[in-house]
Amino acid sequence: MTAIVDYGVGNLFSLQSSLRSLSLETEVTGDAERLRAAERIILPGVGAFGNARARLDGAGLVPVLLEEAERKPLLGICLGMQLLFERSFEYGECPGLGLIPGEVAFLGEDLGDKTLKIPHMGWNSLEILRDDPLFKYFKNGEYVYYVHSFYARGCREDTLGISRYGDVCVTGAVRRGNVWGAQFHPEKSGGAGLRLLRAFAEL
Amino acid sequence: MLAKRIIPCLDVRDGRVVKGTNFEGLRDLADPVDLARFYNDSGADELVFYDITASAEGRGLFTDILRRVASEIFIPLTVGGGIRTLEDFDRVLKCGADKVSVNSGAIADPSIIAAAAKRYGDQCVVLSMDVKRVDGQFRLFAKGGREDTGIDAMEWAVRGVGDGAGEIVLNSIDTDGVKGGFDLEMLDELVRRVSVPIIASGGAGNMEHFAELFTHPGVDAGLAASIFHTKQVDIRELKRFLRGRGVEMRL
Repeated sequence: MTAIVDYGVGNLFSLQSSLRSLSLETEVTGDAERLRAAERIILPGVGAFGNARARLDGAGLVPVLLEEAERKPLLGICLGMQLLFERSFEYGECPGLGLIPGEVAFLGEDLGDKTLKIPHMGWNSLEILRDDPLFKYFKNGEYVYYVHSFYARGCREDTLGISRYGDVCVTGAVRRGNVWGAQFHPEKSGGAGLRLLRAFAEL
Repeated sequence: MLAKRIIPCLDVRDGRVVKGTNFEGLRDLADPVDLARFYNDSGADELVFYDITASAEGRGLFTDILRRVASEIFIPLTVGGGIRTLEDFDRVLKCGADKVSVNSGAIADPSIIAAAAKRYGDQCVVLSMDVKRVDGQFRLFAKGGREDTGIDAMEWAVRGVGDGAGEIVLNSIDTDGVKGGFDLEMLDELVRRVSVPIIASGGAGNMEHFAELFTHPGVDAGLAASIFHTKQVDIRELKRFLRGRGVEMRL
């Protein structure tokens, strides 16, 4: 069973539907025991970092996620990926889960071309830097769907793939041990996204 | 870099897609779910659904359709039509919409933009505007383009973005239905005024019109309905054509 962490952040309809379309057994849960029982965990999230972190704390899920990340595959999506890092600077500094070294910063701060729009929203090509089982069914350069204004940096050694936006290499996919992250939304990235989720489900 | 987006738009009334459809080989051409599936398979980058029903019964049918589309089509979905309150946002987001577009609802109550952006994030709020030239001014129209609000459309857009609209759909009433090309002059003016993504609507008649549109770098997407529904333009073919013309496209 794949558990989707429910902590009151964002809409889980599409994510759940996409996993269901792959005939995967899924459970949307905020219950620590169910997360412990799962074969793998997906940490979704949209909105602001600080609020998401506070909700994870409020639900008492941080220790469970840290423990389970040592034992089974964990995939953070969008804000869920950003939470995997050490800290974010969205509306002031806020600590993340610290599962992957690096920080989350405003994309606009690093963009040389100030005419480029923020959020980075739309389809961008994912360049694979390091091969990984997550890319078992994914071709280098396929397009994935992004919607975000903050991005992870200082995590080059754990970066699996990037997308170029102006002069910035946006961290698209990361991995450290059992922990994977996707800044884009696989559940909104058409066939390419579904194939990534299928590969994750086979880990 | 980001690919330019090609977006078919489905106007749904009482559970059916309206505007001429002329497909072959599909079971029910006016069924929004079938049509959504068809567009997904032919490479559409996003789908826009407008609910143009007035009745509560029609609205129920619409949310049911949306839920069905969202459970099997995994590209971004934008929903508009009759969005006036945060409850309306909530209703369509729970059915799987990713973005919600407001038009007349924002004219009636401009505070909806800021309230929705605060609750759901800027990226979720799309400001859709119907604009027509009146006395040398770009004028904002309400009620599906029937009513002149007297408001300067460009100022309206700037205000909407300031309040948190994350994207703008600009529908030019002057070029809509004429199939003579997008309203590039109007789009250029909007590009100068706002910094959020801009979706051009109204006037697409052939593939060349899209090529022309994307020579204007501030425009992010082209939206059309009937030329796709009637298969006058095939999306996959259009995207190959545009890539051949140097436009970044997801193929």
